[in-house]
This record gives sequence, structure tokens and C-alpha cells, in this order.
Amino acid sequence: MTGAGMTTSVNAELQELAESIFGDAASGDTGFDAALWRTLEETGLARLTLPAAAGGSEGTLEDSAVVLAAAGAHAARVPLVETDLVGGWLLHAAGVPLPDGPLTAAAGSLEVDGTTVRGQLRRVPWARAAAGVVVLTDAHVVLLDPGAVEVTEGTNVAEEPRDTVSVDGPAAAVAPAPEGAAAELRLRAALGRAQLLAGAARAALSASVRYAGERVQFGRPIAKFQAVQQQLALAAGEVAAASAAASAAARAAADTGFAAPSTRFAVAAAKSRTGEAAGAVARIAHQVHGAIGFTREHDLRLWTTRLWAWRDEDGSDADWNRELGATVLAAGPDGLWPLITG
Amino acid sequence: MTATVHRLPELVPPPTELPARTAALRADVRAFLAEERAAGRWTPRPDVWLSGWDERFSRELGRRGWLGMTIPKEYGGHGASALDRYVVTEELLAAGAPVAAHWIADRQIGPTLLRFGTEEQRQRFLPGIAKGEVYFGIGMSEPDAGSDLAGVRTKAERVDGGWELTGTKVWTSGAHRAHAFFALARTSPRDEKNRHAGLSQFIVLLDSPGVQIRPIPLLTGAHHFNEVVFDRVFVPDDMVLGEIGAGWKQVTSELAFERSGPERFLSTFPLLVALVGELAGTSGAEREVGGLVARLWTLRRMSLAVAGALESGEAPELAAAVVKELGTRYENEVIDVARLLVSIPPDPGAESGFARLLADAVLHAPGFTLRGGTNEVLRGIVARGLGLR
Repeated sequence: MTGAGMTTSVNAELQELAESIFGDAASGDTGFDAALWRTLEETGLARLTLPAAAGGSEGTLEDSAVVLAAAGAHAARVPLVETDLVGGWLLHAAGVPLPDGPLTAAAGSLEVDGTTVRGQLRRVPWARAAAGVVVLTDAHVVLLDPGAVEVTEGTNVAEEPRDTVSVDGPAAAVAPAPEGAAAELRLRAALGRAQLLAGAARAALSASVRYAGERVQFGRPIAKFQAVQQQLALAAGEVAAASAAASAAARAAADTGFAAPSTRFAVAAAKSRTGEAAGAVARIAHQVHGAIGFTREHDLRLWTTRLWAWRDEDGSDADWNRELGATVLAAGPDGLWPLITG
Repeated sequence: MTATVHRLPELVPPPTELPARTAALRADVRAFLAEERAAGRWTPRPDVWLSGWDERFSRELGRRGWLGMTIPKEYGGHGASALDRYVVTEELLAAGAPVAAHWIADRQIGPTLLRFGTEEQRQRFLPGIAKGEVYFGIGMSEPDAGSDLAGVRTKAERVDGGWELTGTKVWTSGAHRAHAFFALARTSPRDEKNRHAGLSQFIVLLDSPGVQIRPIPLLTGAHHFNEVVFDRVFVPDDMVLGEIGAGWKQVTSELAFERSGPERFLSTFPLLVALVGELAGTSGAEREVGGLVARLWTLRRMSLAVAGALESGEAPELAAAVVKELGTRYENEVIDVARLLVSIPPDPGAESGFARLLADAVLHAPGFTLRGGTNEVLRGIVARGLGLR
């Protein structure tokens, strides 16, 4: 417990730094934000949790949670989870030197024959902007050079790049997959996505609170109506639950690692709960904003479309619930409470 | 435009990890509860902190050092942290153990006496609370004062050597078995400009002359609630709690403790356990069960975060209101999902099992979102915290 106070103050500084960087960069544009990425590299946030040997800042997963929540809150257009938590981690774990620049990562099946690979990967985040595409196949970690692949552009409902990557040729690197990599990759991606969701949910609530104070109908700001207050309070409960779940899962992963069953449980619960909150918060935010929020002329969409996109990425709440439920039903009635307190 | 995101207040404190020492404590409590259940001393029930009155069990907890844990040793307590108490409490509730007799005394009377009580009051009541032998109630609600406590009409009039109380308290859990309760009464007339002024708290012994206690049966028919009528009940000066006129401040200062504990999301946990028992070995219900478990895990993390903040001296009232609002709705959701997944009608006559737990849960559920501040009032507190009112 001695370090707890210190961690809190370090995180407060980190949070301020992240808020200021992402806040300055925020805009309604789409596509990769190269200027923001440069700033993230200069400040060491781009590879926050990676070891120094991989060009990282050696931050913890709790530090990362703080930064990702800020990225989500400002709808940052950069592959931060993909570069730091997933792709960079996987390359480093496999002993492959990291290329400079933003990375993306995917798990999928590619035919691997020596250093020649062939196949197609769908819905790869930010592939068109990545300096390296990191792929985990059944047995290998593969690094693809963007120049050696064909990228077909696609998006999610937030207009973030989710591209199809086709490859038939030499890989930049091929290494044996570390043991347990597939399970850890899934958890890392879900944990990162949960932080982004918590941040975006908070920002959607914040925008709604502000709007309710400004929008006048029936002669007073709509914030003065109890019906509106009660809805925003419900949204606040969902935002609180999302933040608590995402932070607690980051804490669990930082303390006991991804192999611990309690971390798997925590990450599953966090992605489920943030996903559930996403729908509720987006619905209330739009209801409070009325017609203007339902148009491209208003910024609300920057958060709500991300909430809708991200809740279904890296495992939907339904997917993770199914997994949690299977764990609970296998443990039986006497095993339930120990799983919760684990 | 997004650069000027409106700053929100802290809706939930940072995560709290339980100290490593609590693992051994938890194991001891679990072993004790398993032993009690194996011996058939009680049957798990929902909402045990209202309905499970068992003085033998309370004394046994006291004997083991699990009551009055945060009370200093000089008053018969154990000088432990609120996080140690949290572990004991959540284990008892999760097991559906009968904790009602000591519940109010252990949860709020002890801490309130430590904060506002006189030395004499502490010496008199705290050792018995820690032993599980002295039981308390709470006398706040009245026929015309529910959510709006400023409507309290019970009057305390100055008399020689003390105060004379006249009025009626309602929904007082366990008053027919408790030794005393804290009564909130008017010591000066209501002032519309300062509605919460003029209220004071008194420690009233429930066997005092002039106290009449009448049962108010719950939906189950069980006797837990009471109407407590005071007819010129004399309360000596040394039984005034805290300051005359500071009743409102004293009552509200405890709300963060009262609103964020595990009893705000575990009331139907025994039903969830029975549901898992019914479904174990089957498939097809994983998603719904997982959803309940994800929400429960999250609520516990939120409640622990508030407990950690309280332990470090903060009073996160907003976060506590959020926990209670979400937690008590969750207690109802367990019932909804249980009904969705298992086709066994509730049976209040069954000895135990899913049908009985479902019956108790259904009939107790309306209280979850009412007691200790209705969910509408809690959402009002959250709205105020957001700056909306």
C-alpha cells in the first residue's frame, strides 16, 4: 500500500498530459492523425507499456488505462492499443525487433512457408496507416511490411479504418508464436478497448450535461427538468460502472499478469460492462441532444459512433458474457462467490 | 470543439485492492460459515440484513471478533480497518447468513457513537455492540416524513434534566427486539427557509415508559417493521446524541457509509447461487448468467473503491449514491434473469431451494430501491453532483 499514493499522483500528472495532448488534437476529421502520432512518440506515450529495449517507456497497464481513457474521451485517431498493447507487445515477446511508427495487429490464419506468407485478414484496424502489420497465426508471429501487402479500405461505424489486408509474398519477419500468445492477445485487445469505451462514455455524458445546461425549451434549460436529470443520472451510473470496471481490470492485469484466471475474469467482465454501458450512454446522450446530435453537424457522433463500434470489437459484451457464464456454470453454485472475490 | 470537454466530477474513486492480510480473515469467515451451514444452524435467505434475526449467530460473530471491528480496543472493539470489516460483511451477506440482529448496530450505530457520542455513551453501548449482544434500530421515517426528512414531526420538548419525546416513527426494522434506537426529532419549530434546521438525535431505550411498539407486517407476513409511538417519553440529557440542532448534519454525514456497502447489491445473491445450482451442467444460459456476473463483479469493484476512499478519510457521497442506485436495481435484475432462465414458480411455503429463495426475493424486492434513500432521490443527488440542479 505504500506506493498507492505515489501511483495516484503520477497518474494524475499522466492524465493531465494525456488530456492536453489529445484535447489539442481533437477534431471531427476522419483518418489517421499523423501530427498527434508524432506528439505521442515524442512524449513516450505511443509505446507506453513496452520495455525500453523495444523503444518503450516501461509504463504499467494502469498508466496505459489512464492514457487510453483520455484517447477515447477525445476520439483520438491513432492506433494506440494496436501499437502498444497488442502489436508491439507481440513482436517483442516473439523476439522480433520493432519497426518505427504506428503498428497494427491481428490474429488470423495465414499460410506460412519459411518467410513466405499468403492469406487475407479482415477488419484490421488502421492497416492503411501502419508501418507494420503484426499477425498472430496458429504457430507464428508474422510482421508484414505495408509495401508488401494489398490493403482494401473499410471502416467501422465510427469511420475508423478497418481494412482488409491481403498478402502473398515475403514477410518482413517470421518467428515462432510464444506460448499462450493467442489468449493474451485477446485479453490485451479487450482491455485496451474497454479503456477507450470508458473514456468515450465519459465524454458523451459530459457533452450531454453541457448541452442540457445550454439548450432552452419551455423557457428554461432542459437540465432543469427532472425527467432529463434522472436520465443523465442513469447515464452517470453507467459511466461510473464502465470506468470502475475498466480501471479494476487494468489493475488486475498489472498486478497478476494476463495468465492469472482472475485477470481473465476481470478483463471479460470489464469488456462486457463497458460494452453494456456504451449502448445505454449513447442512447441517453442522443435523447438529451435531440435532433442536432443525430446529425454530422454536431460532435456528439464522435463519441457515440465509437461507443457503438467499440462495444462490438475485440469481443462484444455478449461474447464475453458467454465466456463468463461458462466459467461460472462450470464452477457451480459454491464456486460463484470465490470467482467474484478472486 | 472536443478540446473543451466539460469537466465531470469524480463518479467513482480509483480502484482499491484489499490488503493481503484480509485473505486469511476471509478464509476464517468462510470456514466458519461452512461449518454453521453443515450443522444446519440456518438456511441461506435473501435480504438477510432485514429478515435474518438470530441472536445466537450475532453473539458467535462477536465472540470471534467479527463485530465492532473498527471500534477501538478501549471500547471492546478490535481497532481493525473498514476494509477488514468489508471482507467479513460481504462474506456473511454472500452466504445469506442471519445478520439482522446486529446489523444496524454494527454498521452505523458504532461509527456514529464514535463520531458524535459522549465518552459515557461509548462506554455504555460499544462493548455490547462488539459482543453482538446489544441491538439497535433507526428511527428516522415517520408517516409524513419519508424521502423528505424535513417533514419529521416527532417533537422533543425541554423538561427538567432532559427532553420529552412525542410522536410516531414507522418502518423501524427490529424495534420489537432491539434495545435502543436513534430517534430524529424536532427540537425547534420548522423553518421554511432552513428546512433541515432544528432537528436533533436522541438515543431512546425501547423499554422506556411511554414507548409503544406495534408490528407492521411485510408482504411476506413476517414481522420486521414496526410503528414506534412515543407518548411523552423522557430522554435524559446524557442520551442526547451529538449536538442539539445538528441532527440533519449528523444523519447525512453517515450516508456514504450506509449507501455504498455490499448490502446494496448482494440482497438477492443467494438466489443467484441457487440459479447457478439449477443451471449447472446445462448449456444455453451462459450469456445471461455471464451478464449478471459481469455486473456484480463491477458493482463490487465500485463499492470497494468507495470503501477505500472512505478509509482514506474522503466522503465520496456522489459515488456512494451511484453504487446504491445501480446496486439495488441489480438486485432486482437477478430476479428477472432467474425467472427468465428457470421455470419454477416462487413458493413461499418451501423450506429452501430456488422456489423459496425466489419467493422471498420477489416479496422483498420493492424495499431494495426504497430504503436508505429511494432511487429517484439518489438520481437527484447524482444530478446535483453533475451540476444539473
